[in-house]
Amino acid sequence: MIFALLRRFGQMIFVMFGISVLVFLIFFATPGADPAARIAGRNASPEILEAVRKSFGFDQPIYVQYLTMMKKIFITGDLTSFVNRGWKVVPAVLDTVPVTLSLVIGAAVLWVVFGLLIGVAAAAARGTWLDKLLMVLGLIGISMPVYWLGEVMNLVSQSRYHDTWMFSWVPPLGYKTFSTDPKGWFLTLVIPWITLSILYIGLYGRVLRAAIIESLQEDYIRTARAKGLSETRILLRHALRTSLISFATLFGLDFGALVGGSALLTEVVFGLQGVGKLTYDALLNLDLPIIMATVMYASFFVVMANALVDIVYILLDPRVRTG
Amino acid sequence: MSSPLLEVINVSKRFAVGSRFSKHGLRTVQAVDRVSLAVMAGETVGLVGESGCGKSTLGRCIVRLYDLSSGTLRFAGTDISSASTRQMRPLRRRIQMVFQDPYASLNPRRRVRDLIAEPLRVHTSMNSSDIAVRVAELLDIVGLKPDHAMRFPHEFSGGQRQRIGIARAIALNPELIVLDEPVSALDVSVQAQIINLLADLQERFNLTYVFIAHDLSVVRQVSTRIAVMYLGSIVELGSAEDIFSSPSHPYTKALISAVPIPDASSSAARNRIVLTGDVPSPANPPSGCRFHTRCSIAQDRCRAERPLLEERLPGREVACHFPSVNSKG
Amino acid sequence: MLKVNDLSVSFRTEQGIVRAVEGVSFEVAEGELLGVVGESGSGKTVSLLAVMGLIVDPNATVTGSITYRGRELVGLPAKEMRKLRGREIAMIFQDPMTALTPVYAIGWQIAEQILAHERVSKAAAWQRAVDLLAEVNIPNPAEAVHRYPHQLSGGMRQRVVIAMALSCNPALLVADEPTTALDVTVQAQILDLVAKLRRNHGSAIVFITHDMGVMAEIADRMMVMYAGREVERGTKQELFLSPRHPYTQALLDSIPPLKGPRPRRLRTIPGAPPNLLNRPPGCAFAPRCPHRFEKCSAVPELTGGARAAACFRTVPA
Repeated sequence: MIFALLRRFGQMIFVMFGISVLVFLIFFATPGADPAARIAGRNASPEILEAVRKSFGFDQPIYVQYLTMMKKIFITGDLTSFVNRGWKVVPAVLDTVPVTLSLVIGAAVLWVVFGLLIGVAAAAARGTWLDKLLMVLGLIGISMPVYWLGEVMNLVSQSRYHDTWMFSWVPPLGYKTFSTDPKGWFLTLVIPWITLSILYIGLYGRVLRAAIIESLQEDYIRTARAKGLSETRILLRHALRTSLISFATLFGLDFGALVGGSALLTEVVFGLQGVGKLTYDALLNLDLPIIMATVMYASFFVVMANALVDIVYILLDPRVRTG
Repeated sequence: MSSPLLEVINVSKRFAVGSRFSKHGLRTVQAVDRVSLAVMAGETVGLVGESGCGKSTLGRCIVRLYDLSSGTLRFAGTDISSASTRQMRPLRRRIQMVFQDPYASLNPRRRVRDLIAEPLRVHTSMNSSDIAVRVAELLDIVGLKPDHAMRFPHEFSGGQRQRIGIARAIALNPELIVLDEPVSALDVSVQAQIINLLADLQERFNLTYVFIAHDLSVVRQVSTRIAVMYLGSIVELGSAEDIFSSPSHPYTKALISAVPIPDASSSAARNRIVLTGDVPSPANPPSGCRFHTRCSIAQDRCRAERPLLEERLPGREVACHFPSVNSKG
Repeated sequence: MLKVNDLSVSFRTEQGIVRAVEGVSFEVAEGELLGVVGESGSGKTVSLLAVMGLIVDPNATVTGSITYRGRELVGLPAKEMRKLRGREIAMIFQDPMTALTPVYAIGWQIAEQILAHERVSKAAAWQRAVDLLAEVNIPNPAEAVHRYPHQLSGGMRQRVVIAMALSCNPALLVADEPTTALDVTVQAQILDLVAKLRRNHGSAIVFITHDMGVMAEIADRMMVMYAGREVERGTKQELFLSPRHPYTQALLDSIPPLKGPRPRRLRTIPGAPPNLLNRPPGCAFAPRCPHRFEKCSAVPELTGGARAAACFRTVPA
């Protein structure tokens, strides 16, 4: 098993290297535009353009450019944004990570717990009104765009009903760091957590229900019944346990993508300065260094999440372990 | 003596399993290991053995569904061992295959008429009305009704589907048909019908069969000669009657004795040879004679030296250091 | 010990009502082995699933009486049935490759059954699992207990399934084609094992199969089913030597012989088993029967007690 894990880790490093090359080439080797102009931003003066060219080595062969860029990002960390004069990119990105992590982890806890509850309940009550109700609710959850839902939540909790007892505790939009103000941190995140998780609860509830029902048709369930086990035990210990494998892999991929920046819409709507919001702003301003950094970061995170998912798979499914 | 229709000479087929980075590294499974066999026109050669013996793989090699790893394959004198897809095309009219699973080998979205007509459309330049006539003719030959042509496979029983598969296989008037467990998935009463049909077709159209099966009674019924396979090689080869009346290789004896006989009289109580253990993995075969780990008469020589398939009795080839060569095995 | 009387199982489907089992009655005495023979659609599996209470389809209707040691099973509340299942009556199925839950070790799965029915400690249950694996000839049982199903071959898995079924010493074991999916040499090993276990545990066995050869080897008494009905019953010798129903005779005839002369063509039964949605009136076998006559348009009763056949031609003994 250790060998399988090490092998997976090795693959991950290899893929990350490939991504860094690909991202670099996309940004700096696409024919037509001058990369220096793109980095310097709009309305850059010729002197700045020249400085950029020197700094990034655009007169050098391409692999030197690649190495220079990688050095700026990873080793010296002094890649700077030209749009927001001199703002160091790498620390900027790293500062936003805790925000995104807080948002996504909280939402993840919510959606895993409720997704499991809904999936298992619907599968246990399959065919009955409860099952249908839960599936409809799930479908509604999936169908509501997160930015719309977020704005509605804001409308309700920040302005319309802000003074009622139900929402008076809701602080203004924005993020409070955990270390300075734990209570504030929690309160600012409650509504974003709920908003972000609703989509996934619906999705995971439905997926899990389908996976459990499919498991229940398998031969080993028939054996379990023949053993005289209770339906509850069969549902939880045999059907659910086997369905968890696909549930976990799906979760890993979604989680990875979200931490990588897919929670962008939620962050924008709730004014949270996370990685997604940073990317969004950078896109609006065409701030290339930041965009590059966030793209790399996002890709890396997805690759890492993929690798973690595979590792969890190895732990959950004994069939994958032996060779 | 006329020359064989099909010659299999030292054919091997290897599959790579895993990679350098997987747990056991890159392993080679020797699915078929230096098999030699000659099939004469008009006869039926039965390939019999248990899971993992390589009979299905060998069947597919013969039809060139797989490329050979090594060895020579000759059909009607032509070497087809490394023939390309284009070179094989004209030969596909002459060599056909019938598969085991009547539920999986027919495209569920096609009507029966189209399934049977397909080989005609691909290989001949017959026009639609001629094809329709031929399809009706084929349906009749295999015992189906003309109105079955418009139906879909799922509307038929297993036995009927197998008839459709057979109709498709004989559409181009082939000379050789490889049948890969054609009756294993069928009920006993239906098996008998299909076996009879295949015998009728063989007589009527002068067909040559390579019949792959694991059911010994079926193989005995249909075969002229039988090749018993174990872990990729032929361990015994001879006429059907001889093999069953006096088996020579210990595996053949065990195999035959393992089959339960539908005879309830007390005289039927036999000395069954029960083999210990399981079939070894083809990825990790035993040294020397592949069968020695389960053989009741294995000696030191068997562990060290691999026996070759040699003619020990007239018309009988056995791969064993200590085969039974008396007339009653 | 087990008395089944006039059991019928039907399923409501989109195309109509499928009468999978119609009016089947049979008995199993303590310690005996009853062989149930039939082809696809004969209803042999469904009948025994009904005995086990394993028919979960909500569109199914089960009528008739099934008594186990005097206790009526039809209509028994699910909780009570679960206590019997796995403990007094156990069942094993055809495909060993998919019979065990892939994510748990085999020892865990055996222990789970023991713990569900008996008040013993976990350690004791695991030890019993080891002993059971030894009894079914699995090498290195103490180490094998921790293995996962995918690490074992088909024959090994079937042994585990058998060990699991026998773990609580049931009085009746129902085996639904347990060797059909196995190689013939492995089948021989399993049949040997079943015979040995029968001697050691004394359980009665109902052995379902389509293979007459297997029947000849292990059965005491036999029952032949066709299209959901029972067509003949008797001791093994009676059925093989002097079958009284044309279907039984035809089944025996259509098997290619392993010894003796090879027939030029096999004796076949023309046609195919009827569609259970639309069973023709009268004797279900009549359309394919070489001996049919006018009387066969009515459903023949199973007459003759322990040596019965459902055929108008045969004179009851």
